[in-house]
Amino acid sequence: MSKTYYDEADLRKFGKITEWSEELGTKFFDYYGKVFEEGALSAREKSLIALAVAHTEQCPYCIDAYTKDGLQKGITKEEMMEAIHVGAAIKSGATLVHGVQMMNVVNKLEM
Amino acid sequence: MKKSLKARNNNIANTQRQIEILSNGIFKNGELPTFAEKISETKQFPLRPKKLEVLQINLGYMCNQVCEHCHVDAGPDRKEIMTKETMMQCLEVIKKTAAHTLDLTGGAPEMNPDFRWFVQEASKVGIKDFIVRSNLTIIKANKKYHDLPEFFKKHKVHVVSSMPHYTKGKTDKQRGDGVFDKSIAALKLLNEVGYGMPNSDLKLDLVYNPSGAFLPGNQKALENDFKKALKEDFEIEFHNLFAITNLPISRFLDYLIASDNYEDYMTALVDAYNPVAVQNVMCTNTISLSWDGFLYDCDFNQMLNLKVASKIQHISDYNENELQNRNIIINQHCYGCSAGAGSSCQGVVA
Repeated sequence: MSKTYYDEADLRKFGKITEWSEELGTKFFDYYGKVFEEGALSAREKSLIALAVAHTEQCPYCIDAYTKDGLQKGITKEEMMEAIHVGAAIKSGATLVHGVQMMNVVNKLEM
Repeated sequence: MKKSLKARNNNIANTQRQIEILSNGIFKNGELPTFAEKISETKQFPLRPKKLEVLQINLGYMCNQVCEHCHVDAGPDRKEIMTKETMMQCLEVIKKTAAHTLDLTGGAPEMNPDFRWFVQEASKVGIKDFIVRSNLTIIKANKKYHDLPEFFKKHKVHVVSSMPHYTKGKTDKQRGDGVFDKSIAALKLLNEVGYGMPNSDLKLDLVYNPSGAFLPGNQKALENDFKKALKEDFEIEFHNLFAITNLPISRFLDYLIASDNYEDYMTALVDAYNPVAVQNVMCTNTISLSWDGFLYDCDFNQMLNLKVASKIQHISDYNENELQNRNIIINQHCYGCSAGAGSSCQGVVA
């Protein structure tokens, strides 16, 4: 089997980061756990946001984790794909809105 | 319609083969701890019964559906059903049991020709909670079953029905084409006679099983989603949702292996192990009876042909006090009942 930078088995080892920096690691996981609790947003809504961000960040661990999390929460594949499109729309929008900057430069420089 | 594993001569239909799979591989090479090792960490080995609360009787493996995840390997081709003679023995046990809940299951228990007689007789005993696990579609399967909601009502039966999702796609994928529409129609019939309505004594609960190689999410959150969707889309009401983990046996085990998900699924179960759930797993308060009168710690052990570790193994010798002195038989499938908030025929346990 060829080696890759990402190993899916590493996701189960995520908690081990605490071993080399206990205070910061513990604070991070406490914060992380708190963020995903039911609040003003439901855990279901948070899971969909996490899935969309996982894709825009292109984090394979997060995509794996939040696809499974969505299935566990009864989220349908149609809902998951729509959430990813929201992420993709913001990503592409963020690229395209810079087109205005390009237009500004062109307009300023061209006769 | 698909055939059962047994009718297809699939080697997973052999219970010994299933136990070999669960006992070897990642559990044999030490990659994952066995269930016995895991519960030993919290001094819960051997697992022992507590007060008997539930008598679960399997009336047979015949069913009108062939669900992808079925731990019974039930289907129309399964001919094992309980005889009236065994039912009479069951009635004697029901009259004397300390259990407060009688739970009839299958297959589709309604397909047993003596089902109605048995329900009628058992309901006279006055057991506190009398459950029939109905797959819903049976009510619409044939004219002779159309009056089941009225029949259940007459005998004050608590109906518990499978409903893997509130969308057609997910439901039909797990349970077969057309199951969702028939289930919705059956739920409407149950609602019409009063089942599942707010403040109604006619209890209607739904069972949710994940439709794939993943664990169920939070039971309360799923119940809220189901209630909202079924009410908004179909005007359907029900009382509680039980979220049940799929155990890695029978047809679901076959699916896990065929889809290359077995090791990941077992790892997910072990990672989600919860010692608190072990204290309340259903085998500690249940006796499971098979169609042919044998006794098991739970319905899953029944399907693995793991009879109780007691000199009392058959209903003809039934002795509740003696049965309480047994050790519960465990294997790696038990991780399914101890994952997360735990899982039982009555939903979460922790």
